[in-house]
Amino acid sequence: MNVQFRAGAEPASSVAVKSAIADCDIHPARATATELYPYLAKRWHDHLETYGKHPYQGMMEGPPYPKAQPNASRRDAWPPEGGPQGSSLSFMQKQHLDPNNVALGILCPLNTGQGIRNQDLSAALATAINDWQIDKWTSQDSRLKGSVVVANEDGPAAAAEIRKRAGDKNFVQVLLLSRNVEPLGQRRYWPIYQAAEEAGLPIGVHAFGFGGNPITASGWPSYYIEEMVGHSQCQQTALASIVLEGVFERHPKLKMVMIEAGFGWAPSLSWRLDKSWQRLKSEVPHVKRRRKPFATTSSGPRSRWKTRRGAITCSR
Amino acid sequence: MGADSGSRGPPMDDAARAPYGNRVEVLRTEVNRRRAQEETPEETNVMTSPIAGGVDCDLHPAVPHLTSLLPYLNDYWRDQVTTRGMTDLVSQSYPLNSPITSRPDWRPADGKPGSSLEDMKAQALDRFGVNYAICNPLYGVQMVFSEDMADAFCRALNDWLVKEWLDKDQRLRGSIVIPVQSIEKSVAEIERCAVNKRFVQVLMLVMGDMPLGKRAYWPIYAAAERLNLAVGIHAGSNYHNPPTSVGWGSYHIEDYVAQAQAFQTQLTSLIVEGVFARHPKLKMVMLESGFTWLPSYLWRLHKFWRGVRMETPWVDRAPMEIVRSNIRFSLQPIDAPPDPATLNRLFEHMQSDELLLFSTDYPHWQFDDDAVLPEGMSSELVRKIMIDNPHATYSRLKSAVTQETTP
Repeated sequence: MNVQFRAGAEPASSVAVKSAIADCDIHPARATATELYPYLAKRWHDHLETYGKHPYQGMMEGPPYPKAQPNASRRDAWPPEGGPQGSSLSFMQKQHLDPNNVALGILCPLNTGQGIRNQDLSAALATAINDWQIDKWTSQDSRLKGSVVVANEDGPAAAAEIRKRAGDKNFVQVLLLSRNVEPLGQRRYWPIYQAAEEAGLPIGVHAFGFGGNPITASGWPSYYIEEMVGHSQCQQTALASIVLEGVFERHPKLKMVMIEAGFGWAPSLSWRLDKSWQRLKSEVPHVKRRRKPFATTSSGPRSRWKTRRGAITCSR
Repeated sequence: MGADSGSRGPPMDDAARAPYGNRVEVLRTEVNRRRAQEETPEETNVMTSPIAGGVDCDLHPAVPHLTSLLPYLNDYWRDQVTTRGMTDLVSQSYPLNSPITSRPDWRPADGKPGSSLEDMKAQALDRFGVNYAICNPLYGVQMVFSEDMADAFCRALNDWLVKEWLDKDQRLRGSIVIPVQSIEKSVAEIERCAVNKRFVQVLMLVMGDMPLGKRAYWPIYAAAERLNLAVGIHAGSNYHNPPTSVGWGSYHIEDYVAQAQAFQTQLTSLIVEGVFARHPKLKMVMLESGFTWLPSYLWRLHKFWRGVRMETPWVDRAPMEIVRSNIRFSLQPIDAPPDPATLNRLFEHMQSDELLLFSTDYPHWQFDDDAVLPEGMSSELVRKIMIDNPHATYSRLKSAVTQETTP
């Protein structure tokens, strides 16, 4: 949520050397609706213009819960040359990367076509957005690294995209969203985890997405604030599914990063998982051990980057 | 103690309370002393004892079988149940043989856990010395899709509760189960049952057809406020929606863990829709919800409220203030490590000692032996949780109850 107005980050002044930081959640945007076309077959240009993206919600464009301000972005983030917030590399450098001394900036592209209903279109959009990340961002600024966007409802297609990018230094993680057709521990997503573990790429799970399920267990709420606060609950539930389906037993080297859904909930969720598992472990014999699943990461100008042992990391 | 009076038992005077209070203080000191010696929390196994005269705010008497409700149904519905061969309405929120559903030593040789009043007396009411015990039936009447059928079953269930339980032990109080799919029928059932002062609460499930703050539900809240009934929201789903906010999981344990997240989204809905701006006197009680998630949840809700309150301008108080004035939580389950320092820190984060209400969650398995209260709890907090807070929440506990027949 981004309704804060702060004085612009000032260039390093009194401090001689500003600590270099890693920013694990930067959102690069397309400047125009057709910016991806060079990376998509002609077939899909026509398809998109005729039928749209066909997501698991009703709006042809824009979010079903209107944001509190355009694109939920800071009002000072409009690039001077036009286009939406986050669509200009030079402005991102000037406004964020340089003054905050970002040494590693991880791109998490949103609204790409992950998790839409047409799986062929989803796979084509994922490949396109990955090529676009290289051309527009990571090849232009070595501080930036990309996330492998995948058609996550089609496990084999997603795994193929991950294998295609394995070893490519432009990418440092695989990107999923928290709200999908099924909870993220389900087997339809296992090929993604297999491929990511093989490629040595962490899985980033970013808040958002629409998977066809009401976004609370009691149906659809009324307000944007409910959707926003609710990302924490969706993330918790997705994470419980990942743990209880035994994903980390199957993939012990896999790391997951929970992105933009808070981390204050991690202790109480761990305690509840532990307590419930003590009672009900006979139902889930594949979950072998009570684990301390969490590491914590916070990134930002005022905090150092910290990690501790654990398979799951949360970023704010 | 306490079976002899329908009104609130005499408050314990200081002399009566002193032994408990002192003991807890001594134990706290001992806990701190041992921690100072850097012993592990597991070794400081120091119990906090319940005090007499408390209110147990969450117990679950079980309907033995759907046929047990036949005497409380009219001819038409009796015929529907028998000729259609309807099965027992057991919700998969609590499979009968799941470890969660009954403490091993509370599981009867025959029948459902919680189906025997004599067991409940021996295992909960007498054992923890309570003056009052609030019965929250979890029979799966909310799962049916017909509002007419749900209405008939709710009426039968409420009448059954009065006849088979409330009439048989003066300590027992009840919650009115309502056919939530029909607001009109729900209000009518609340008004019908409220004549009996032993009903102190309206009961709803945390996972239902719509978020609980939605305006359609408000006549239910208006009726509850008008009749001095609290509204209890209990763990469980009618399974009309997927039981998590991201779809159907594979396992019972997922459903159970997800109850906590469902409570969180419901609290958001209740607060931001403005239920408590409209009904400032209404008390809502989150039952079997867990509460260790509350501080971080409220930090997040507060942050967003500050940012986007223009969307819901009727929310004119901070969410934490609304929770303090209108929302309560049952004690069990306690989703926290058995470490007094952690829990006391959480209590501090909650910024109020008025939010928790004593509960055993009988017969569900949340604790062993007599360890219903967490270790290292102050005597003052024990008294608040066991006596003061429940009485402040359930104003009908004060009502004198004359022997009444089923309405």
